[in-house]
Amino acid sequence: MAAATCAALHGAGVVLLDENAVPGGQVYRAAVPGVSGAPGPDARVGDRLRAALLASGAEVRSGQRVWALGGGPLVAPGAAPAPYRVDACTDAATATIEARSLIVCAGAHERIVPFAGWTLPGVMGLAAATILLKSQAVLPGTRTVVAGIGPLLAAVAAGILAKGGRVVGVVDLASRTDWLRQLPTLAERPPLLARGAGWLARIVSAGLPLLSGHRIVRALGADVVDAVEVAPLTGGVTRRLDCDALCVGHGLVPAIEATLLYRAEHVFDRARGGWVPVLDGSQRSTVPLLYAAGDGAGVAGAAAAPLAGEIAALAALADLGLLGTADAEQAIAVRRGARSRPARVGAAMSAMMAPPGDLVDRIPPDCVVCRCEDVTRAEIETAVDVGARDLNQLKHFTRCGMGPCQGRMCGEAAAELLARRVGSREAVGTWTARVPLRPVPMAALLDRFDYADIPIPAPAPI
Amino acid sequence: MTPQFDCAVIGAGVMGCTTALFLARGGMRVVLFDRGPLWRQASGVNAGTLTMQMTRAALVPYALQAWEMWMSTPGWLDGGDVLARARPGLSVAFTDHEVAMLEERARLRRQAGAPIELIDAARAVAIEPGLNPVVKRAGHCPIDGFTSAYLTGRAFRSALVAAGVELREGCAVHDIAPGFDLRADAGVLRAQRVVLAGGVWLEPMAAWFGVHLPIKTLINQLVVTERLPPVMRTVLGVASGLLSLKQYENGTVLIGGGWQGIGNRETGPIAVHPENLLGNIRLAAHTIPALREARLVRSWLGLEGETADALPAVGRLPGIADAWMIGCVHSGYTAGPYLAKLLAQAILGQELELPLFPIERLLTQEVA
Repeated sequence: MAAATCAALHGAGVVLLDENAVPGGQVYRAAVPGVSGAPGPDARVGDRLRAALLASGAEVRSGQRVWALGGGPLVAPGAAPAPYRVDACTDAATATIEARSLIVCAGAHERIVPFAGWTLPGVMGLAAATILLKSQAVLPGTRTVVAGIGPLLAAVAAGILAKGGRVVGVVDLASRTDWLRQLPTLAERPPLLARGAGWLARIVSAGLPLLSGHRIVRALGADVVDAVEVAPLTGGVTRRLDCDALCVGHGLVPAIEATLLYRAEHVFDRARGGWVPVLDGSQRSTVPLLYAAGDGAGVAGAAAAPLAGEIAALAALADLGLLGTADAEQAIAVRRGARSRPARVGAAMSAMMAPPGDLVDRIPPDCVVCRCEDVTRAEIETAVDVGARDLNQLKHFTRCGMGPCQGRMCGEAAAELLARRVGSREAVGTWTARVPLRPVPMAALLDRFDYADIPIPAPAPI
Repeated sequence: MTPQFDCAVIGAGVMGCTTALFLARGGMRVVLFDRGPLWRQASGVNAGTLTMQMTRAALVPYALQAWEMWMSTPGWLDGGDVLARARPGLSVAFTDHEVAMLEERARLRRQAGAPIELIDAARAVAIEPGLNPVVKRAGHCPIDGFTSAYLTGRAFRSALVAAGVELREGCAVHDIAPGFDLRADAGVLRAQRVVLAGGVWLEPMAAWFGVHLPIKTLINQLVVTERLPPVMRTVLGVASGLLSLKQYENGTVLIGGGWQGIGNRETGPIAVHPENLLGNIRLAAHTIPALREARLVRSWLGLEGETADALPAVGRLPGIADAWMIGCVHSGYTAGPYLAKLLAQAILGQELELPLFPIERLLTQEVA
């Protein structure tokens, strides 16, 4: 929203494509029609960003799933770069947009390190729970366990309580000392600290069992989850929490499919969520006129994101000749200064969300890692035994990552398991980015056509 | 320096791996190079179709033998299952022009030994209930089928290791000096014989020996759907060869046929060509209407090499003793194991079951 607003206010022709019905992304997700959204700081900031976007003159195309990207450097060898091409669809139709430059603000997806029972109905991500809460005002269950690591943990628990729901346990991988260690950084952003304290106060005053330094051992249940077993990370007594929902997450992973597809350079940076595009100080990727901002450029949190979006827009305006270089640099410098503190805090939170390494070691052999293709940890280990040394060879050897989630659910765990055997995440690499970026209905692409109009190429030789 | 290996094979796809496997089983000390992981170029990303109706007529006798090999992999490939499945194959015609093409092509392939019969629409729909009934005529071959190409590398890798082949994955060969000294990422290595098996990269490989062998590079697109309820049960193509369609046992439908993407030999695949993707899936949805309900989950590209006469290059590298070449076969995956087995027989000095495809016909020799 911020990038589009900034670019449009400076006179650029801007189109903003977004998968959701209303702009706002995950943090500023608006309630669906008929549901009164929760009032709060997120709602206020989100409304302000939406109002600015609306007033900016940018063309907003909501409910559009970007399924293909092309143009830019993706042209025949030797040819000059083409305009960027974006193909976006609804369930019924697809449309193509061309643009001179492209700013990718694709956000992040959630990391869940598999454990026994994680595929049971009733188990969902922390981010999924926030969608339920924010957009539908629906509780994940009647008795919910909230588990994992990072600020989302407290946010989801507090959100459930605020909606009158019941939380039967907060199972935090971080110890109390881990959190206390972050206090000086958090204190740099008093509003965030206050919100965190507010969440914590709500959790504590509700008398919830707050299990710090604990992990989920397994989720139990025949058809749906009906209990979880938790245990201290340091070993010790396993306890059982009865529940009908488990919200669990282990941090956020930048969504880099677009920048990967354009073959921009990426580096692995665990503290910022994993693989991130290499950017200059003004959000430029290594591909001309391709920019990235927000958590998709490295997890830095919602407060830092709009400033990064504006910096990307200003850089694009300068690169396109729509804004003088000196003016752009000055405007970028102001935002860079304003962004440094929230970015630092966001980065600290992101680093804290990196799950402890032994969580992956604890994945049981018979535990399904790739839930689309039913690939277990043992099958992944066997594939390594017989010669898979990188993520894409693992995919060939096992089908891990070939299903409808396109590797977004299993990729982190698979890559970590592989990295343990071959040495590093760098050696393991990334999935190759492929079109479609999301599964796309054939019906939306096909449209009406006559057989005679299909441009069938010359026949193969006989 | 005495040769460390009896034979060095460069390129670990279907041609190189099968050649290396049979050479090792024939008693040779074999090293197999690939600059990347094994079986990940054309051999690992093709459609896995084992069909006579997309095979060039001159290759049919070889493809028939190879089909038997694919269907009997547990008997000779001890590294794992490649999910080879025999299915009836249909090549369909929707227009009068395609009917004429179908009849001509079926006749030529039948002469070469492929058991193809021409059938009417009613019969075709009886064999393939998912087929669009507007079809005019079809070629029916009872022995088509498919494998899962992406799984084949895994099976071959274990078999190669078991046969004692020394695998050098992620190890590019940069040059070969007479003798042969192979200058590779891992240093110089000496082998008594070499086999070039580099697919579209055979042209730059032949240049190591001063041999100019023009190879055209095709950038074939493929796209696969999510798992679907059964919508088809045959291996389907169209008369022109521009569609290949099959549903795997896991429910996914693979759509191919050689529509061209963006890329070349030097850069590799760059991007799917959007209009060609649309044309390919429209042709697929016209042929099997139930595909309209599918969602596409992934597309990719593979590089296929083509010689001047679009027939394979399998044989001695002219003028250079103990240097051999294999590749550039239309439907190379289908016929590959058998062609490579023949080449191994030639290198081992055994009697050949069928002739090779000599390189001489394709050459324009560089002036020294």
